[in-house]
Amino acid sequence: MSIPLSWYLILAATLFCIGLFGVLSRRNAIAILLGIELMLNAVNINLVAFWRYRDPAQMAGQVFAVIVFAVAAAEVAVGLALIISVYRRSNTIVADDIDLMKW
Amino acid sequence: MTVEQIIFIITGLFTLGSAFMVVTTQKLIQAALWLVSALFGVTILYAILQADFLAVVQVVVYIGAIAVLFIFAVMLTRKELRDQGSQTRSNWWIAALLGALVLAGLVFLIIGEPAFNRMAQAIPAGVDTLRNLGTALVSPDAYVMPFEVASVLLLSALVGAVYIASRKGEEK
Amino acid sequence: MENYIIWLLPLPPLLSFFLIILFTNKNKKISHSIAIGAAGLSWLGSMAVFICALGVKEFGKHVYGSAINWLPTGTTWFKIGVMIDPLSAAVVFFVAWTVLAIFIYSVGYHNFGQPKGDHDIAGLPPHGATITDQHGHQHTVPSIEPMYSRFFAFISLFAFGMYTLVVSDNLLTLFVGWEIMGLCSYLLIGFWFGKPSARNAAVKAFMTTRIGDVFMLLGIAFIYSFTGSLSFRDIFKPGMLQALASTPAFFGLSAAGIIGLLLFIGTVGKSAQWPLHVWLPDAMEGPTPVSAMIHAATMVSAGVYMVIRMFPLISAGWTVGMPLNTTMGVIAFIGAFTALFAATIAVAQNDIKRVLAYSTISQLGFMIAALGIGAYVAAAFHLVTHAFFKALLFLGSGSVIHGMEHGEMHTGDHSVDPQDMFNMGGLRRRMPITFWTFLIGGFALSGFPILTAGFWSKDEIFAEAFGNGHMVVFIVLAVAAFLTAFYTMRQITLTFFGKPRTEVAEHASESKWTMTLPLIVLAVFAVGCGWVGIPEKFPVLGGILPNWFHEFVGSTLAEVPKAVTFSWTPLLTSLCVALGGLFCGWLAYRKVQSPVEDKLQIPLLKNKYYFDELYNFLFVKPAGWFSEKFAYLFMDRTVIDGILHSVARFSLFLGGFFRNKIDKPVINEFIGDGTGNVVKASGSRLRKIQAGRIQYYMVASVAFLVIFALLYYYLIGGM
Repeated sequence: MSIPLSWYLILAATLFCIGLFGVLSRRNAIAILLGIELMLNAVNINLVAFWRYRDPAQMAGQVFAVIVFAVAAAEVAVGLALIISVYRRSNTIVADDIDLMKW
Repeated sequence: MTVEQIIFIITGLFTLGSAFMVVTTQKLIQAALWLVSALFGVTILYAILQADFLAVVQVVVYIGAIAVLFIFAVMLTRKELRDQGSQTRSNWWIAALLGALVLAGLVFLIIGEPAFNRMAQAIPAGVDTLRNLGTALVSPDAYVMPFEVASVLLLSALVGAVYIASRKGEEK
Repeated sequence: MENYIIWLLPLPPLLSFFLIILFTNKNKKISHSIAIGAAGLSWLGSMAVFICALGVKEFGKHVYGSAINWLPTGTTWFKIGVMIDPLSAAVVFFVAWTVLAIFIYSVGYHNFGQPKGDHDIAGLPPHGATITDQHGHQHTVPSIEPMYSRFFAFISLFAFGMYTLVVSDNLLTLFVGWEIMGLCSYLLIGFWFGKPSARNAAVKAFMTTRIGDVFMLLGIAFIYSFTGSLSFRDIFKPGMLQALASTPAFFGLSAAGIIGLLLFIGTVGKSAQWPLHVWLPDAMEGPTPVSAMIHAATMVSAGVYMVIRMFPLISAGWTVGMPLNTTMGVIAFIGAFTALFAATIAVAQNDIKRVLAYSTISQLGFMIAALGIGAYVAAAFHLVTHAFFKALLFLGSGSVIHGMEHGEMHTGDHSVDPQDMFNMGGLRRRMPITFWTFLIGGFALSGFPILTAGFWSKDEIFAEAFGNGHMVVFIVLAVAAFLTAFYTMRQITLTFFGKPRTEVAEHASESKWTMTLPLIVLAVFAVGCGWVGIPEKFPVLGGILPNWFHEFVGSTLAEVPKAVTFSWTPLLTSLCVALGGLFCGWLAYRKVQSPVEDKLQIPLLKNKYYFDELYNFLFVKPAGWFSEKFAYLFMDRTVIDGILHSVARFSLFLGGFFRNKIDKPVINEFIGDGTGNVVKASGSRLRKIQAGRIQYYMVASVAFLVIFALLYYYLIGGM
């Protein structure tokens, strides 16, 4: 009750940026997905914080967060499946080496 | 400094620290484990925010399923027992710069907005958040549609992941 | 009614020309039938008009004719039309008869009915065909002319030209007919175009008459600009003549004088007077019917007809008794001079047709001299009679030549010239009809008294000359008449009398009826047509028949000229010269066997006073030089072609320049290839952006997001 909303938001922003840093700077594809998870969690924190601090009677915030959970799960599953598939094919999970879409 | 604030700060630092370790550690399996700890931190934050259901779901789904999935994936894609080379790209400083800029921008915006300085109101008595959540998820007036679509999404992800990762015809 | 016929008179020969040319060229029989039919139709029309004209009292005042509006000229119309007045009635009479006679004659002359020749080529005279008779003997017989139909087409066109000229009532259509005949003379003189001599003769005829025609055209233009009309009716109004006579023009002459002189120069060309006489003897290259047509019946007569027609203009301001005005003096001089000049040449010619050619020139001189001294009726009279007996003489000579050729084929001797009189002789027995008709024609030409038409017309000329005091003309013409009779008798003696001088002459034979019938018809006219003009005061015979011709033709003028008072001197003179000339000719030549014995073979005369050589030197060679060296080599090849070639070379240079200096480097390489290369280079550099690495993309997108957010925040402001 004594924590201003802004603290949560700043926390979520920091978490988000750390996740961003991880996405942009890690070589391993799985590590990139880890960074994405961090970003998604930061989003969730934002959502729940806003839910709590505006109108707890309205469930939109939490529902949104639940949906994000589901989406995140689906995304991780498919992403990891892709990475495994790529790994089997070209025996590498270094993101920089997966450049079939280059010119 | 109330107790709440202290708990919040500790939890926050814990979470951020774990997150930092996730993105900087050189060993991938450690990164996955540090992710688990970061997710724990988030769970506590949910609890502080009185979103108890979400806290539990976070543990079960994120840590129990997703983080485990990560660990499995790391195991399945290891060439040797030791990770090779640096796990960070050579131009990590651009990413750091960008992240810092984004953070600075966001913080600046957050601080600049006076509406964000308010405190949380007490949850009115009689509001059962859990019941409301459940109702909202399945009520046709509320969010049953996204709920169902999400389930379809999960189904398709399941099928897709199974198909993509299946070994059939991929052994070369 | 008569007007319609008059308009239609020139039409049948024209139609015949087109029909033959376009359709019936291949079929000889149909062609000559069409031609003779057309000539017959025009003859019929002419006779109808003539007889109707005879019945009209004072025909001169009530002429036939009509005019139509033809060219719009501003506010007025230029009219053309036809007119038959007494003069043109008389002329159309003899034109119709002679044309028809010549057409019928041509059928026989060109050997219709004979087989095609052995090696006859179109363009050369036929050589003869070899046939085998029932005994197996091979004979050469005359062969049919290969270009038979073409001949009839051309003479039809010729007839059309003459009829147009005669019936026209204005100088323009007269000139049209004049020029058509000029064209046809070219076509027909050069009928046997395979012979170079014929080609040259045709060009010579055309060119020489052309010189005359240019001056005539100037005269016509002058009249038109002065009077505003070319119609005879308008020009010969007394007021107009007065104006023309009193307006001074160039060289001290009045307008009438100058115009008369210019028009007369046209006659000098067309009627082969000195100095433009050179074409007529060469025109003998054409077939004989052509010579008859051109030099007797039509073309040369047209020249005299025109000048007779223009007599009121020429004599404007002059009346009988006055001294001659300049134009008339010039005309009289040229006429008399030519008469004597040509007669002197004729006595030295050996070719039967050449003699007749020079004779024609001489007789035309007579007519023109008569007109020059003002003897209008006499000139017209001599024109009519001359047409008949000269046509007769030419056709007769053609018959003689045919007979000689027949003899050639008989004997097989082709080295003998069938036209040379010294190869003939004794043809009297072999070709009787030809002989008698030729004799009649010759006597008429010489002026044999009473019985021949030539006597009456020549006598009238003498009477006029003497009676009006033109002594020089009288004496010159008398000498010329003596020479005329002399060379005519020379011709007849050498051709018909004595013994045949060559084998060819021995085997000559009479011609077919298609040739002899026209001879007989013309002979009748040669005898009889003089009797319409017997002067009233003539001893014994005068007064029995009225001098119908004088009244009739004289009425064409505004006032009928008075018949000259009778005097014995001209009558006796003409008797003397005629009979004397005939007798001397017979006397001198009855024993002559070869040209060597002929004392009159003087080179000067034989070579026609070297006029041809003179003209060749003065005009032909310079013209040739001019056209060859100047016009062709210099102007055409060097200058004009030079310009063209330079233009071409410049264009090529320009094209090459544009191609190599501008097109290729700038447009192709710089713009075309350059753009391509720039695109390629930039593309190959820019594609490296797409590295395929996700993190690049992500870094880039986040960076841009940050930048845009900053820009947004700072530039647009607000949150």
